[in-house]
Amino acid sequence: MKLTLKIWRQKNNSTPGKFESYQVQANEHMSFLEMLDVLNQDLIESGKDPVAFEHDCREGICGACGVVIDGQPHGLLKGTTTCQLHMRFFKDGDTVTIEPFRAQGFPVIKDLVVDRSSFDRIIQAGGFISVNTGQAQDGNAIPVEKEDSDASMDAAACIGCGACVAACPNASAMLFTSAKVSHLALLPQGEVENEKRVANMVKQMDLEGFGNCSNTYACEAECPKEISVENIARLNRLYFKSSLASE
Amino acid sequence: MSIKLDSKVPEGELSQKWMNYRSKMPLVAPNNKRRIEIIVVGTGLAGASAAATLGELGYKVKCFTFHDSPRRAHSIAAQGGINAAKNYQNDGDSVYRLFYDTIKGGDYRSREANVHRLAEVSTDIIDQCVAQGVPFAREYGGLLANRSFGGVQVSRTFYARGQTGQQLLLGAYQALSRQIASGAVQMYNRHEMHDLVVIDGKARGIIVRNLLTGKLERFAAHCVVLASGGYGNVYYLSTNAMGSNVSASWRAVKRGALMANPCYTQIHPTCIPVSGDYQSKLTLMSESLRNDGRVWVPKEMSDVEAIRNGSLRPEDLPEEKRDYYLERRYPAFGNLVPRDVASRAAKAACDEGKGVNKSGLAVFLDFADAIERYGKSEALKNGIKNPDKATITKLGEGVVEAKYGNLFEMYEKITGENPYKTPMMIYPAVHYTMGGLWVDYNLETNVSGLFALGECNFSDHGANRLGASALMQGLADGYFVIPYTIGTFLSKEIRTPAISTDHPAFASAENETRARLEKLINIKGKQTVEAFHRKLGLIMWEYCGMSRNAEGLKKAKKLLQDLRAEYWSDVLVPGEIDEFNPELDKAFRVADFMELGEMMVEDALNREESCGGHFREEYQTEDGEALRRDDEFTYVAAWEWNDNTDSILHKEPLVFENVELKTRSYK
Ligand SMILES: Cc1cc2nc3c(=O)[nH]c(=O)nc-3n(C[C@H](O)[C@H](O)[C@H](O)COP(=O)(O)OP(=O)(O)OC[C@H]3O[C@@H](n4cnc5c(N)ncnc54)[C@H](O)[C@@H]3O)c2cc1C
Ligand code: SF4
Ligand code: FES
Repeated sequence: MKLTLKIWRQKNNSTPGKFESYQVQANEHMSFLEMLDVLNQDLIESGKDPVAFEHDCREGICGACGVVIDGQPHGLLKGTTTCQLHMRFFKDGDTVTIEPFRAQGFPVIKDLVVDRSSFDRIIQAGGFISVNTGQAQDGNAIPVEKEDSDASMDAAACIGCGACVAACPNASAMLFTSAKVSHLALLPQGEVENEKRVANMVKQMDLEGFGNCSNTYACEAECPKEISVENIARLNRLYFKSSLASE
Repeated sequence: MSIKLDSKVPEGELSQKWMNYRSKMPLVAPNNKRRIEIIVVGTGLAGASAAATLGELGYKVKCFTFHDSPRRAHSIAAQGGINAAKNYQNDGDSVYRLFYDTIKGGDYRSREANVHRLAEVSTDIIDQCVAQGVPFAREYGGLLANRSFGGVQVSRTFYARGQTGQQLLLGAYQALSRQIASGAVQMYNRHEMHDLVVIDGKARGIIVRNLLTGKLERFAAHCVVLASGGYGNVYYLSTNAMGSNVSASWRAVKRGALMANPCYTQIHPTCIPVSGDYQSKLTLMSESLRNDGRVWVPKEMSDVEAIRNGSLRPEDLPEEKRDYYLERRYPAFGNLVPRDVASRAAKAACDEGKGVNKSGLAVFLDFADAIERYGKSEALKNGIKNPDKATITKLGEGVVEAKYGNLFEMYEKITGENPYKTPMMIYPAVHYTMGGLWVDYNLETNVSGLFALGECNFSDHGANRLGASALMQGLADGYFVIPYTIGTFLSKEIRTPAISTDHPAFASAENETRARLEKLINIKGKQTVEAFHRKLGLIMWEYCGMSRNAEGLKKAKKLLQDLRAEYWSDVLVPGEIDEFNPELDKAFRVADFMELGEMMVEDALNREESCGGHFREEYQTEDGEALRRDDEFTYVAAWEWNDNTDSILHKEPLVFENVELKTRSYK
């Protein structure tokens, strides 16, 4: 199949970017990123600058990949990362628009690559359980209800890709932050630090320039791991409790 | 150079060695720890757990990753699980049994004492991870669940759905984040190690390239810990993440570290087959699938052809016309034979012409029986009498979905086929590298003050790794071994002041690094880095892959030397050094892969026996099983790089005091 790609090109953060058009020959078995590989090989061989994009595992788990495809973070397919999107969902002759995740908290580095280190700093603010190596008791000492553990795992499945931020009209990082808050809050081991954790993580989220959540739920719709907005409600409840406690 | 390989295995009875050694090990006092600096390269399970724990202990840690975040390390992709000798299932597991299975699984080519220590600390790992909030799978009673994996007969694998690596890594990442927040660890993302700095025979620093700016930077410390992962990507196509590479280890090799058993590579039997020549990587279907999936090819060639051309659906081929070759050849372990055995059997079936896809390189992994079996037992549980076929299938699919849903979904996303209805197609692919930097019992390389952890060392898996044991080893090394053993080196360094990056060794390493990058970028040839990497991969797969022979290996050596020469005269790297330039990052890594490839071939040629993942066609039994030659080859082959001639072999004899060397049989 022959495609026309309209790709956001931006040399670096201090240079303005613009869309450029390219033609590429793909086939239906390729992944979306393999299609970009083909384009890049052509560009390099003809002496041009290849399109920078981030990727690593190419199996939907590392969270490195992620671009906006025809207006949707990670493309049209539900519950799928960019790297897992295959070309059989496109047709010969299609024009595809590809741009980076856009948010104040994610400055562009080059082309489709953005800086998501703000997510690391949100985790550093409290997204952990304070236990040193060697301090643990036997793994079966505290039984955890299967339902809680499953719900915790649902939240823990977040891959830190940032699609939720890109999807949100306010560029809020609430889904990401709440997924970590929930993962830990639902386990007896994590519960102890709930209030401090939520207060510190939300504070950091605001400092990083992410917007407020206005319940549009665009994040859940675009999240490749289908992280639920119920986590946001849980964060809000915990946040409320922690603000009462601090008064 | 004459190098004496001292494994430093402590005296005493096997099960007491680690305990005794640990109790008598020299310590570094807290006030001294605060002044001592440690560099950790890598934030996978091994690196993140080490950096976090060393930070907790009070050392000043600098940690590096080429990724944009520590959480992206390749460990994140591990699916199936992590072993531990907890014996929660009361099925006869013990530290000894885990030790024995790992030694046997490794085909008697690993060090007894290291493996025993691994089995000992395995139980602490689970406790630690639970305390960190790793949401392991649980039973209805709230206790931890287990599953079984290939090559063993107990159920000792802990898991978090199909995302065990992700959850363990997030646990370690969060522990690391806590230390970053406290200031104990300074984290350098998007910083790639380009050289090791050795001063007076001791590892004292690294040269890194800041991948955002392209600038070279110097970092000094009292010692250096590498946890930079495996080198499976030397084959181009593998299940490893695209960025996984050998360069950190290889730069150490160029500074005198030895590479042990580089030819031991693990080819994983259950991966999605190659679909075309644009393919960039291969996807693993977790080994846990072999718990329930049955592997087969048709008995008759006419059926193979009908399936290939689409006129026959595999699910319609009657039972008696299928060859469940693993169950036939290995009745005791059946579909759960170790990886190397399963991979070679798949290759044998395809070599006979029985491959079931167009390229002839695929076999079936079939869940129809499991779906029926689970369906019937669910019906029974739910009190449904005489259920019809549709009900059974529906219930059975539900159970299979609960166990493997995400893997089935991944399969369907990639292939467009529904594995609940039609058998999966699978084929072996490069997955893991047992070889790696030579280390002693302290995990220290032959370069003083240079340690290696996780997949980048060679230590625990011998010639073949059992499933769910890499995660165990990475975390054992990082949480429970290095925090102690690093003291054997650092306790002698408490009077050493902070190392200065002004030392001439830093200047010369930096200059060499710059010269290498300039050379690469100025070649301005005609072929892309990718094109070269693919060629390299094809040579390695063809001659140093699932089976090897002397003639092929000799040919490969020549081909690799020619390819390397061609690379350095015809590679085309766009852009500049001093900027964000992913193509240059790759060019640097592929250059090192090429040299490594040559060393792997030399090692494979030297090892005139078949063991684990290393199968030499000249050495096999009449029925095609691997033939080990214990009299001559019960040693670790540690190789020293030599710029001008072949690599130099150093041997560490392997002594088995507790286990009797047997022919591995899974029949
Ligand atoms: C698809 C897949 C599934 C797997 N499933 C399982 C499983 O179920 N159970 C199991 O036990 N094992 C499994 N494994 C194997 C296991 O995941 C790996 O062996 C293990 O995670 C390796 O961990 P590591 O910490 O040694 O290295 P990695 O996780 O590879 O980390 C390497 C780190 O080093 C950094 N690095 C590398 N080079 C440099 C450099 N030059 N400069 C700076 N930083 C550098 C990287 O950025 C990264 O942070 C699986 C492997 C694959 C590929
Ligand atoms: S919540 Fe979903 S979209 Fe947001 S970072 Fe996590 S996985 Fe990505
Ligand atoms: S490349 Fe890892 S999630 Fe897409």
